[in-house]
Amino acid sequence: MGPRARQLRARVGAQKNRVAKSARLDQLAAQWRRIPSGYRGWVPFLILVSLAITYPFYVASLPTNIPVILTLPTVHDTVTILVFVVMAVGLNVVVGYAGLLDLGYVAFYAIGAYTAGWLASGQFQQINFHFGAVGVGSSETGIHISIWLVLLIAGVVTAIGGILIGLPTLRLRGDYLAIVTLGFGEIIPQFVRNADDLHGFDLTHGTFGISPIDAPGFGMTLHNALGLPIRYDDSFPPTPDRLFFWTVLGILLLTIFCSMRLRDSRLGRAWIAIREDETAAGAMGIPLMRTKTWAYAIGAFFGGIAGAYVATFNSGAFPSQFDFNISIFLLCMVILGGMGSIWGVVLAGTILAWLNVEGLANIGSWLNANVFPSSHQIDVPKYEFGIYGVIIVLMMLFRPVGLIPERRRKREIEEGTRGSLDEPLYEMRGADEPGAGERGESGRIPRG
Amino acid sequence: MLSVVGILFVALLVAWLVVNAIKTPTDFFNVLLIGITQGSVYALIALGYTLVYGILQLINFAHGDVFALSGLFSTTVILSWFGLSDSTAALGIVGGLAATFVIVAAFGAVVNSTIEFVAYRRLRNAPRLAVLITAVGMSFIVQNISLAIYGVTAHSIPPLISSNNIFMIGGVHYAWDAFFVILVTAPVLVLLSWLVKSTRQGKSMRATSQDPEAAAIMGIDVNRTISFTFALAGALAGVAGVLYVVEFNIRYDTGFQLGLIAFTAAVLGGIGNLTGAVVGALLIGLIQAFNEGLSWFAPGSDWTRSLVFAILIAILVFRPEGLLGERTPEGA
Repeated sequence: MGPRARQLRARVGAQKNRVAKSARLDQLAAQWRRIPSGYRGWVPFLILVSLAITYPFYVASLPTNIPVILTLPTVHDTVTILVFVVMAVGLNVVVGYAGLLDLGYVAFYAIGAYTAGWLASGQFQQINFHFGAVGVGSSETGIHISIWLVLLIAGVVTAIGGILIGLPTLRLRGDYLAIVTLGFGEIIPQFVRNADDLHGFDLTHGTFGISPIDAPGFGMTLHNALGLPIRYDDSFPPTPDRLFFWTVLGILLLTIFCSMRLRDSRLGRAWIAIREDETAAGAMGIPLMRTKTWAYAIGAFFGGIAGAYVATFNSGAFPSQFDFNISIFLLCMVILGGMGSIWGVVLAGTILAWLNVEGLANIGSWLNANVFPSSHQIDVPKYEFGIYGVIIVLMMLFRPVGLIPERRRKREIEEGTRGSLDEPLYEMRGADEPGAGERGESGRIPRG
Repeated sequence: MLSVVGILFVALLVAWLVVNAIKTPTDFFNVLLIGITQGSVYALIALGYTLVYGILQLINFAHGDVFALSGLFSTTVILSWFGLSDSTAALGIVGGLAATFVIVAAFGAVVNSTIEFVAYRRLRNAPRLAVLITAVGMSFIVQNISLAIYGVTAHSIPPLISSNNIFMIGGVHYAWDAFFVILVTAPVLVLLSWLVKSTRQGKSMRATSQDPEAAAIMGIDVNRTISFTFALAGALAGVAGVLYVVEFNIRYDTGFQLGLIAFTAAVLGGIGNLTGAVVGALLIGLIQAFNEGLSWFAPGSDWTRSLVFAILIAILVFRPEGLLGERTPEGA
């Protein structure tokens, strides 16, 4: 057999291989088609969730020299990341669905964390109240309520806080509302910083914060019956981190579920109507104030739960956690992901929160080792918020709909609806531009 | 009902001031003078917010950071370029400072109009919220530019203006460095007022803020007018930056807090209203000084920010048009 024949045979072999491969693909596709169409969307979701649930088991065996990002986050850091994502999904209800710009979401985070601090620690030594707390001796002073209840109470307290903030302010137009929320976002952290001596009463323990805060757990009875952990921080590493991780994953899935169901509910449709055109929504009989207040309350609820969870995870609530920057950081997640788009916000939230806890430091050290000369090393995490600023500006200039745009929001931007979000700053169209002359009045409609 | 609450509140405030003035008159008048000095610096920044808001209906969040960057830049000008120190001859200090004011004002103008050109101009037809969010982003970018150039340490200059007293009446004293702030601010305000009221450029600014389309039809270059407004606001921020550096230390993040306070002042006076911004700024300066300096039932400096923001919220909720503004449909 000459070389020519060998070549020919090799080509035929490759052809056969290709045919076999495509047959296998066809088989796979046929199997895919056999899944009822209503369930097909669940497949990637379930794969993702099972990857997430098993994350603690395989993260240690992943390589630690991945280019640029070096490592995947540890389980401990993942808890923080997911808490941020919970908050971003909560903020998405306010900003994304209802179109109310909130620059003070950190206030809700703080209220949630301090509610946990008050109800599950030895902060109030005058009182001795125990209810379902695990691993706390009955002689210990302070209020000790089961963390599961505290999470719920923190959500409700924060929601009430949201209503109280919202009632007087939600009548204001978009940018004024932004400023008022910003004001609350500055006042509440300063309040907790200073409220260690209110006429001699120590409410928040000032700059030291409230610490320690009880850990979650299921107690003896459930441990014996179902094998659930007695107390999260009783066991040895890495178990506590894993328990906290699975719990926050559950909270996140619940938040996403609630957020999706809310979007498709009567209330959610009312929010979107207000976002698109407040005046028209009001004319169609939507109670504007009540609907907006609900958006605030529900957004605050999730923020409160996240805050309380962070408090029990860190076993403390400290005023330095509640910077204005956090509000912007969360807003950045919503914008980057796409306002109103849940999966977009989850994706962007995961990326940005990861950048915050580990990513920027890793990328920075990779850049310093491989790109920047040793004479010009740059401390990348120092410029974190500058980087977020660049992201915000670039997104607004070039892709205002976000990474994974919500279909409806995308159309709103394309068609130029005139909701409170979309009132043009400055209507100056050239005669040849689309939409010229359609709306002469520069959007200055009195808003109720 | 609401006005009754308002009047009651103002009455309580006045009563509080009067009691303080009677109990500790020396402190009261000293604090009053401090408040006016502080308020003058705020006025220059607040005017920047109000000018831009008047013409674009945009809260330019980056303005406070432009102020901080200009202030930091002025330390470079004063220390490295001119090498001024407290041992420099009086004429040198006066000349050097005058040149610094001009250079830094020009710097602020360039920075601010660059921001407008790079970011806001492309968003003229974009949703209002998009521009607001962009402004927040620009604020962080400018702040990080300051951070990259000047680091996290606070910068200051040697005391160029003497802190000797001009007069001292029964414990109430007024120093040269405090007077210097007024000495600079007053002419700048007069100049600004003349510029807006009596020049052609000022006329086009007013026309554009009233109705940009009609202004464009009348042959006004709207984009150029907006650029000019940003430059003007930036120049004011630059002057404020130099004044601030003469009095205090400055850091890369000074501008954010101060910007919010100045913005509150602009809202208090009625945003878009130039006189209102100055009145509001003086009031905020006084409130801050009284809060920090008085002894009888004053919350103290820990609570200044909370107090200022509480005022901001109260004003926006009860009287969104501000003290001197006109009631507009957008406001309520």
